[in-house]
Amino acid sequence: MEIVVCIKQVPDTTEVKIDPVTNTLIRQGVPSIVNPFDKNALEAALQLKDKYGAKVTVISMGPPQAKAALKDCLSMGADTAILVSDRAFGGADTLATSNVLAASIKKIGKVDVIFCGKQAIDGDTAQVGPETAEHLGIAQVTYVANMDIKDDLVTVERECEDGYEVIEVKLPVLVSVIKSAAFEPRFPTVKGKMKANRTEIAVWSAADVNADEKKIGLVGSPTKVSKIFTPPRRVQGIIIEEPTVKESIAALLDKLAEAKIIL
Amino acid sequence: MAVIVSKEKCVGCGICETACPFGAITLQEGKAVIGETCTQCGACVEVCPVAAITREEVVTEVTMDKSQYKNIWVFIETAEGKMKNVSLELLGEGRKLADQLGQKLAGVLLGKEVAALSKDIFAAGADEVYLVEADELEHYSTDGYTTVFSDLIQAHKPSVVLVGATNNGRDLGPRIASRIGTGLTADCTDLGIDEETGMVAWTRPAFGGNIMATILCPEHRPQMGTIRPSVFKKPILDYNRCGEIIKVKSTVKWEDIRTKLIDFVKVCTTACNLEEAEIIVSGGRGLGKPENFKLIENLAEVLGASVGASRAAVDAGWKPHVSQVGQTGKTVGPKIYIACGISGAVQHLVGMSSSDVIIAINKDKDAPIFQVADYGIVGDILEVLPMITEEFKKRKAC
Amino acid sequence: MEFELTEDQQMIQQMAREFAEQKLAPTMVERDEKHIFDRELVHEMCEAGFNGICIPEAYGGADGDYLSYILAVEELSKVDDGMGITLSVNVSLCAGPIMSYGTEEQKQKYVRPIAEGTHVGAFGLTEPNAGTDAATQHTVAVLEGDHYIINGSKIFITNGSEADTYIVFAMTDKAKGLKGISAFILEKGMPGFTFGKRESKMGGHTSITTELIFQDVKVPKENLLGKESEGFKIAMTTLDAGRIGVAAQALGIAEAAMQYAIKYSKERIQFGKSISSFQVIAFKIADMAIKIDAARLLVYRAACLKNAGKPFSKEAAMAKAYASDIAMEVTTDAVQVYGGYGYTTDYPVERLMRNAKITQIYEGTNEVQRMVISGALLRDKK
Repeated sequence: MEIVVCIKQVPDTTEVKIDPVTNTLIRQGVPSIVNPFDKNALEAALQLKDKYGAKVTVISMGPPQAKAALKDCLSMGADTAILVSDRAFGGADTLATSNVLAASIKKIGKVDVIFCGKQAIDGDTAQVGPETAEHLGIAQVTYVANMDIKDDLVTVERECEDGYEVIEVKLPVLVSVIKSAAFEPRFPTVKGKMKANRTEIAVWSAADVNADEKKIGLVGSPTKVSKIFTPPRRVQGIIIEEPTVKESIAALLDKLAEAKIIL
Repeated sequence: MAVIVSKEKCVGCGICETACPFGAITLQEGKAVIGETCTQCGACVEVCPVAAITREEVVTEVTMDKSQYKNIWVFIETAEGKMKNVSLELLGEGRKLADQLGQKLAGVLLGKEVAALSKDIFAAGADEVYLVEADELEHYSTDGYTTVFSDLIQAHKPSVVLVGATNNGRDLGPRIASRIGTGLTADCTDLGIDEETGMVAWTRPAFGGNIMATILCPEHRPQMGTIRPSVFKKPILDYNRCGEIIKVKSTVKWEDIRTKLIDFVKVCTTACNLEEAEIIVSGGRGLGKPENFKLIENLAEVLGASVGASRAAVDAGWKPHVSQVGQTGKTVGPKIYIACGISGAVQHLVGMSSSDVIIAINKDKDAPIFQVADYGIVGDILEVLPMITEEFKKRKAC
Repeated sequence: MEFELTEDQQMIQQMAREFAEQKLAPTMVERDEKHIFDRELVHEMCEAGFNGICIPEAYGGADGDYLSYILAVEELSKVDDGMGITLSVNVSLCAGPIMSYGTEEQKQKYVRPIAEGTHVGAFGLTEPNAGTDAATQHTVAVLEGDHYIINGSKIFITNGSEADTYIVFAMTDKAKGLKGISAFILEKGMPGFTFGKRESKMGGHTSITTELIFQDVKVPKENLLGKESEGFKIAMTTLDAGRIGVAAQALGIAEAAMQYAIKYSKERIQFGKSISSFQVIAFKIADMAIKIDAARLLVYRAACLKNAGKPFSKEAAMAKAYASDIAMEVTTDAVQVYGGYGYTTDYPVERLMRNAKITQIYEGTNEVQRMVISGALLRDKK
């Protein structure tokens, strides 16, 4: 079985802070990590590898420093890593990114399952997975919490707002996973880390993947960022700490009634 | 690189370095240098005090004639024979956009025997309903719905398409955008019209909600966006309104649909429908044990609220994942969010900070949740919850 | 003299740090409170490959250097000293002597599973009446045909009852005294090999310490480690290496204590300012830092000497004696910085102080360490 996992190196946005004076993002000291949902995706792939003996390739479109993220994935047990990197990819929105990933996957050859994480925690769009599947003309299932394969039939549990669907689909398929108990990412091993450290990561350029230059990077992006701003901060409201709980509750409900909230 | 620093003008003040959300700018030999991770977002352009940074306009080759595209479409998502709230909300907002642009608003309704919903769609403000009914469309499927919707777009050329950012909406939106080759902006929290160009300005959170970005789709059509539930208000329904139903035949065959729906397992009742809830009461690790969620449920019942949970409670197995609010769970924006025994870790705040009003109950007065709460009680939730439930009951009765 | 860690060493240090923070920290307080030896967590630590860091690839290890392994012990011990000593015993006290004295078959059979993470090891030397006076062994091994029959008991054995492989010392020739001791490899489950009570200790509650009981245990003669009469030498050289691990454990405990003291001193307000602004407290912290850095250099140097195949016995003893002594001092001072709160179990420093004490005692009391050091210095050179 041939499996590809698309990953992205992202800043740890839960560590990002806002400067209280200037109300701008403080980027310094924020570590770069493998997008957490992509780790769930890799875990899903590695479980299939453990069970059925598959070859797992991790691929990422990014700048040279993304190699560190790919090495993290190798240390968890992925077999091969490829960085797709080119100045021409700069400024890409999700459509342009998915074009590059699709071209890269086509170059890899026959692939049975493509795993993606639900969304990247910096862009937060959740679009690249489905768009890549469309370019490749293959089926997709999103919000997957659990899956298994028998012969070439995939069965997944797909999360909905109030439960889950059980869906069957034939290979090839793109699977976008959520953080679920089934896909808790494994801790890397010492041997894995040491081997990954020594591995030379292959780098593919736009020419290597035969990317259509009109469909990549800023040129290939139908959406453009017009403005970036920090949202107004929520300010701390009223904290009630009366001598007794009864009094605190009464005070709170009085205030709510005043502001016509709930009451 | 399309963002350029003029070396002559640059004074090396470093303001751009701090402003860049992607850490792409460094100062080298006293001048700002833009590196590989630049995404051309333009944040630096705005803050440079000496206007030393410019963003080059890049000409995108376009094959679409924008003038041919008109009207606002809303994807009508249904569940158990009813319209989802978010579709109503989008019709309400869509109506405003249509009025501003002097264009029509249409609902796109796919399914099996769903025609009866048309009157609700008109009542919410639509001028037209594109109705595609077929057995194959009874349940949502990526292949079925993408094909039908894309064909409709090719045939009727809407200028704007709005889709609710539900699980299905976020499955469908990008697939359509990719098939058509147009721009899609995800998870929007605000929409506007640029007066000059008549383009839609889509505003959405990024970086886990730490920054907001306004996105445009200048040359490609339709301009597409997924919008979060509870961002816009449901419109007042006017059943005197009527409109035109445009029936379109479905071309989708069963063999075109590659995913087969085998079963649907409902994990909880309406109490955990967080997306449509106006009030959510959430419990966290502070509850101590799973049985104590009863206290949350009692309060929720009195308030007519849905029940949510923090990641800690879900990880401990007290509630299913569909109840989880936060970065790896659901993002909600109810009118009122009551956080009980939840410390307010960043990952949780990401999921609920766009609530209108936040009320927090926690025994630790230094808990971060109090920094974003509009109202807070410092106290033991096991004590507070039963008493506050009683008090609400009493006051609501009179 | 290079004071920087190599890339590989930094990577393993970082990995151990992440393991400690993600896997060990969340449950440490509970496990300490309830005296839980978490088999699952130990299993995860082994599976991550920490046992195999400095074991050659030919025996299932990662072929890394000795300092990398010591860094791992240090990092784990900052969060969970019990896990730190479990790792140290696995590698230095169990796999170690087999690597140094074992046959090829013994290495494949017993070192490989430890390196690959499926087995835990232990080292049984101490007896109720033989502590520092290790030569007075009462456990006896008698050769009968193809087997040795072992009778006796051991006490205070770390990983006891949980380990799969045990290095056990027994008297094969009472008449020869020191030279009558031999080393054996025992497996959990061998008939007659049972475990006594689990010790209830002052600290180290997340590690397990038990008695080993031998009642006519039949041990195949292939399981003799080294030669008959080499036992004492094997024990001493093994402990030489093991004490670097204990030194690293003590170092980790001390570092954690200092970090807590720094944090608390900045938060605690008295007389209108943080107590860190008072010289008395600031100087205490400076002294902690001096001691810890000095200990760190001693530990790392001992590890590097061993790695280079150079004599390291005196340096290992210095590292162990110093690191454990300062760990006791630093943790005591940390409790002092916390004041009354430090004495309560709501705060972590009392646990660190309780845990530090044993490092001055096991794997050779600090008195023994001083014997080793002074012996080396005062010996007449020929």
